[in-house]
Order: sequence, then C-alpha cells, then structure tokens
Amino acid sequence: MAIREEGLALGPAESELPVLGKLHEWVVTVDHKRLGLMYIGGGLVFFLVAGLQAATIRLQLAMPDSRIVPPEVFNRLMTMHGTAMVFLVGMPILTGFFNYLVPLMIGTRDLAFPRLNAFGFWLWAFGSILLYFSYIGGDGLYGAGSAPDVGWFAYAPLTERAFSRGSSTDYWILSIFLTTVGSTATAVNLIATIFCMRCKGMTLGKMPVFVWLALVVSFMMLVALPPLSAAQVMLLLDRFLGAHFFDTQAGGSAVLWQHFFWIFGHPEVYILVLPAFAFANEIIPVFSRKVIFGYQVMVVASCAIAFISLGVWAHHMFAVGMTPAGNAFFATSTMLVAVPTGIKIFNWIGTMWGGKIRFRVPMLFSLAFLFQFLVAGLTGVMMAVVPFDWQLTDTYFVVAHFHYVLIGAIVFMIFAAIYYWFPKATGRMLDEKLGKWHFWLFLIGFHMTFDTLHFAGLEGMPRRIYTYQPGRGLDTLNLIASIGVIFQAAGVLIYLINVIHSLRSGEIAGSDPWDAWTLEWATTSPPPEYNFAVAPEVRSRRPLWDLKHPDDPDWKYE
Amino acid sequence: MADANSKIERGGVFSPVSTPAHDIQTVALFVLAIAGAIFVIVAGLLLFAAVRYRARAGDDAQEPAQVYGSNPIEFAWTVVPILIVFVLILVTARTIYSVQAAAKPSGAINVTVIGHQWWWEIRYPDLGIVTANELHVPVSDKRGSTPTFLRLESADVAHSFWVPRLAGKTDLIPNKHNDMWIEPHKAGTYLGQCAEFCGTEHALMLIRVVVHPPDEWQRWVAAQQQSASADTSVARGRQVMESNACVNCHVVRGTNANGRFGPDLTHLMSRGTIGAGAATNTLEHLKTWVEDPSVIKPGALMPAMNLRQEDLNDVVAYLATLR
Repeated sequence: MAIREEGLALGPAESELPVLGKLHEWVVTVDHKRLGLMYIGGGLVFFLVAGLQAATIRLQLAMPDSRIVPPEVFNRLMTMHGTAMVFLVGMPILTGFFNYLVPLMIGTRDLAFPRLNAFGFWLWAFGSILLYFSYIGGDGLYGAGSAPDVGWFAYAPLTERAFSRGSSTDYWILSIFLTTVGSTATAVNLIATIFCMRCKGMTLGKMPVFVWLALVVSFMMLVALPPLSAAQVMLLLDRFLGAHFFDTQAGGSAVLWQHFFWIFGHPEVYILVLPAFAFANEIIPVFSRKVIFGYQVMVVASCAIAFISLGVWAHHMFAVGMTPAGNAFFATSTMLVAVPTGIKIFNWIGTMWGGKIRFRVPMLFSLAFLFQFLVAGLTGVMMAVVPFDWQLTDTYFVVAHFHYVLIGAIVFMIFAAIYYWFPKATGRMLDEKLGKWHFWLFLIGFHMTFDTLHFAGLEGMPRRIYTYQPGRGLDTLNLIASIGVIFQAAGVLIYLINVIHSLRSGEIAGSDPWDAWTLEWATTSPPPEYNFAVAPEVRSRRPLWDLKHPDDPDWKYE
Repeated sequence: MADANSKIERGGVFSPVSTPAHDIQTVALFVLAIAGAIFVIVAGLLLFAAVRYRARAGDDAQEPAQVYGSNPIEFAWTVVPILIVFVLILVTARTIYSVQAAAKPSGAINVTVIGHQWWWEIRYPDLGIVTANELHVPVSDKRGSTPTFLRLESADVAHSFWVPRLAGKTDLIPNKHNDMWIEPHKAGTYLGQCAEFCGTEHALMLIRVVVHPPDEWQRWVAAQQQSASADTSVARGRQVMESNACVNCHVVRGTNANGRFGPDLTHLMSRGTIGAGAATNTLEHLKTWVEDPSVIKPGALMPAMNLRQEDLNDVVAYLATLR
C-alpha cells in the first residue's frame, strides 16, 4: 500500500492510470514488444482452452464404446482443437516471438510498420474470438449445431450447405480468413524490417540464425497463406452465392479443395516448425557455450527446407487416387526435405560436441526437442513411402506423428523459449526447480500419450472416430494415452504457477542472465520502449561475445 | 453365413493376408529397418554429446574452443542422407507401380463400393447382387487366382475404404471414381472402417470383408441372387413395410420397396451386423433400430419410424425372414 501511495505521489500522470488506463495503454500500443507479448499471452490462453478440449477428447477415448461425449459434440471438439492449436496458438505465439525479438536482435527500435503490426494483431484477436463465438452464435438454423464440426482441414463437400447446415462452417471460414490476413500483414512487416532496419555493421551474413529463420518463415507465409484465404473465399461463395467450386452435386471438385488446403497446409507445418528451429539455434549454442556449428550451412538448409516444402503438399493425398507418377513425384520431394532437416540436427549435435553443456531448463526442453524431432522426422520419412502411407494415412499413426512435430518439437521449443526469454521480457527469472518439474512431467506425459498412439494407428485405428469397439487391440493403448494427459496437464499447471510466482517474486535477472551473445541481451530487462539508447554497431554474428572476449573476437574468424 | 462371421480375424497393418498388404509390409519393414538404424546412430551421438560434454563442477571458467564449422563434415552428412533417400525413392516407386498398376486377371471379381453417410453400398455388377456393409469375396490361393477389383464411388461426401490386413486405403470421392484391389489368401472375416472423416457417425461406418473358400463362395452368390423370401406367415409385416416410408429408402427385391438412400434389405438376415457394424444383427437390436436408430447410432440418417407396437413387431418379424 505504501509503495502504491509513493508511486501516486511520484508521478501525477501515473495516478490517472489505474487498471482501465493501463488496459488502454495496451489496447492502443504499437510497440513491437507489447504486441509480441499480447500475441504470446493470447496464444497461451487459447492453448489452455484447446488443451482442455484435447483432454476431453482423450477422456472420451480412454475406454472403448464410451458414451461420455456424444458424436456431434466430439466432432466439434476435435475440429476446434485442431483449428485453434494451429491458427490461435501456434501462429500467434511464434509471431509473438518474432515480433518481440527480431527488432532487438537486429538492433533497431521497432518493426518497419508499427501500425500495420497492431492491425495484424487485432485482426488475429477478433478472428480468434469469432471462432469460439461460434459456440454461441453458430446455430443459425434450429438444431443445426453450434461450433464447426468438419475437421480442421474441412474436406469438401462436407462443408457445403447440403451437409453442413447453419452457420458453424461460416464462422470457421471467416475466423481463419481474418487470422491469416493478419499473419500475411505480419510477414510483410518482418521482411521489410529485416531488409531495411538492421543496425550498422549487421550484413545479412552477420544476422543471428534466428533472424534468418524469421525472414524465411515470413516469405513462406507470403506464399502459402494467400491460397488458403482464396480457398476460404471460394467456399464462402459456394455457401452463399451458389458457386460450385467444391460442390460435387453440381459438378464441383472435392479434390480441388484438398489441393488448395494442402498447398497452404504443408508449408504451414514448416511455418510452425522453423521458428522452433530458430529458438534452438539461439538456445543450444548459449547453453553449450559454443558458437553455432556451420552457420552458412544452417542458413542454406533453412532456405532449402522452405523451398522444397512448397512442392510436397500432395503427400497428404496419397489415398485420393493420384497416378503412380504423381505419387512418386511427391514421395521424392517429401523425402528430399529430410536432407536439409537432417543437416540441421547434425549441426546442432556439432554445436554441442566439445562444449560445456549447462542443463538449465531451456536446454532440457531443447534436448528433448532434438530427440523428438528426430523421431518425428523418421516417421515422416516412413509416410513419404507411398505404399506404407496407404496404410498409415488418416490413422492414429499420423496423429502421433504430427503431435510429435507440433508438441514434441514446437511446444517443447516454445517452452524452452519462454524459459529463455522470460527474464528479458519481465526482468525476472522463472524458477528453476518448478521448471524442472514442469519439464519432466510434461515429457513423461507426452511420451505416454503419443508413443502409444503410433501403435494404435498400426492396429487399425483411424483418426477422428469418437469411439471404437472393445477387443480390437486398442483398449490398453488408448487408456495409457489418456493417462498421459494427466501428466501433461500437471506439467502445464506447474508452469502456470511458475509464471505467476516468478512474476511476483522471481529472482531479478539483470540484462544478461545466461551469459549470451546476441543483441537483445545488450539492453536492460525489460528493454525500454526505445530498445537501445544508442544504436548498436556490430562486427560479427555474436556482438556480445566480441565484447566479453576482446582478445579472441568472432570477427577474426567469420 | 453366420459361421463365417463368427470367426473374426483380428490384427493390424503388420499381419497382412492379401497381396497388396503383403507388398506394403515388405517395403514397410525395409523402411523401418533403415529408420531404426538412423535413430540408433543419431540418438546415440546426441546422447553421447550430452553426457560427455556436460559442464562439470570442477570445470575452469574458460569457454570451450569455438569451432565455426567444417566443410568436409558438412559434405559427408549431406551426401549420406542423399544416398539413403535415393534408395528409398527407388524402393517406393517400385512398390507404387506394383500395387497401383497391377493388371486385372480374367478371373477377377468386379465390385462397386459406394460410400454413403454412414454405410457402404456394395454392388456386384457381373453377378446381379446388391448388398451392404459386408463385402464377400472368394479366397485366392493355389486353387486359383481370384483377386477382387473394387471400383470406389461416393454418393455424398468423401470416405475412405480401409481393411488394414487386406490393403492400404483408397478414398471414395464424389464426382470421381477410384480403383483398388485385394487378393486375400486366407478365408475368414476381416474388419475395417471408413478412414476419412465423413460427418457425425464416421466412427460407426464399419466394414467387414468375408473371405470364402471357393465352394462356400458359390453358395453365397447363389443365395444372394435369389429374390426376397415371400413367407406368407409374415404377410402383414410386409404390408406394413410396403405402406410406410421404408420403401422410399430401401430395396427388397420382389416388393415395391425400391429406394436407394439406404441399404438393400433383400437378404438382410444374411449379414452379421446392422447399422454398418453399429450392432450385431439380432432380432432385439433390429427392433430397437426400426423403432429409433439413434438409440444404437446417434446421428444416423434413418429417422425413428414411430410405428405402433403391433406394426413394429410385424415388420421386424417380416425382416427376420429376409435371409
């Protein structure tokens, strides 16, 4: 109380800003750091909501012939879970990190277009709310049902008026349309920032790999998101104006939707996973105390992944009846992605090799990421083998595979990044002990759930079924998978406690708690609104290394 | 046919009993071996690096030697994966062609499978048989090669035909037709289900494939080619059916029931399940189903028929004669 009064006495302007005023500050902000934090915070809120929906799905599937959740409710749960995790969780959290960190890492004061940045955020925010508002407003026609229930890739013609009555699918279309337009705006902004606003001395070849990946991801968003937006508009025309793009009853094409969706959908996987790589590229070197191994190769491999990933989309469609030549082509392109991806894993091992590895929480999550991403890559290669994919596609093997990517790689690296950059954004460290509990519980839960689901798929369990019959060899596997959710939820709960606890009374971080090397650690924690009082100047990729080791600076070797 | 249905063969992708599924297993095991070897090597290196190069309590404050990269090493771990990928592509392409471009032998059985929300229509154009949810085929063994070639179509949304022990899956897409084939070597009943999300009851769109020895197959074909039994003791039940909406959606050959929205009921009682595998085909379940299908399969498109109890009993008694 005393402190607050003192604060009131100190700043007359502050005194006029109680809760509502603070809120107003956040709403009208165009500061990249605040917008970044709002993206991450908003994404984490939807992460909890969509996570609870996943937990409900696993509750229903824990036992065979279970009737806890009726089929139509189940279908809404799985649709909302998938859609939300991609567009309302993955995209904003990763955009948020780029927003927050790119200007700091390249030594500038904001993104190139701060207002466009705020515009993108609010498009995303309202688009996201629209998706969940469907639970209230989606009925549209009595008895037609509320939230979208067509699956996150919404295959035609299930989305046409004849099969999806009411407004639920329209909410799905508009929500995704808004969030993707917001992301496209962010991509333009990041590209302009990275090309035009780097500090003195930072040539493209001296940018941190993180910034390179932000650039690559932004280009991918520019190329991959518009086809999705276009497809959404076409679907809207089908539903409201009687166009027949995907309306098979009037001669439209169901396969056309699949091409549109996956020409977005597969690059989207890399749009989500490359930021995870970006985090790893910062965290692994700092905790191994070594410079990244093969900087140029890492950059080239990232560009190669982006390029090849634009030509692999039909590997989601091996069962739709393509010609043998078409199948062989997409098998080839898909397997080729494994080469640059493998190179990245080897380079991370190369970075750790000969280092002095500190097993702090960000490094633990990064190590788990390396193992899990290795497995996800190998199961990915299995599914690129078209005949094997005829068995695996649309089964729980696929569900397990992409959760290995989305959780095992991306969520693990998001947690690593939060533990790593939380001190920068808040000025306080997250608690190490709670962090370790979070890590181990989440790790155990993740493996209980998703290791077993591979085998459920091999036993013949298709994805998106709300129930299964007993005695098909699925009972035990599903039960273990569902128990794993309890561990994951406990891990996330401890994480939340850690955040609240550390925000209030965490150890004060100082500007450079990890003894790191990139520019964001050269300013205070949290950084002032203008980031740097004096525009920095760099001579190498690790400006803070040069500063700390004047006898042995990087620029002598690069 | 009840005996064939009773010995259901369990098992998944790795217990194939049909030519395409065997081919897939061969290539799958090869890929698994390669992936397993890669995992052991890379995970081993990773684990070794993490343990060997951990920071220790007694370490000096010195930073380790900074290594910026190495071209020969980068070259090596680029070329080796490319070689592995090259081998995998060749193996993949060979199996794609052997399965997808297989020639149809003269003894092959032709079947058209049409996906509906949420059941399978099965037609044998050469034999004049129409049935549902149970695909009957002859075994293909030393006595003769009789693979079954499926023409896949859809009446509404996208579905996918998948019986893991017999073949990989192929989608049934409206406005397009697809082809696949199976060649089972072992008699028995194999379970499968729709593998492409198709709406509310996607989960209860089950299929079973009954593989018969040759003589049993001939008997099944002959039985299915008969018209529906015209048992006069259940004439009232038949009359109730013919004067209700049943006839708009179902076929019973030899009556005025000629709708095509629902399954053909001419030989309903020869099938092991009702509601595309939602329940076993017992009189009790049948009665519940006719009264209100959503009790057994919530969301099923057949409405509750709201029959009087007497009519309900008579219709079910009539259905029970459709062997």
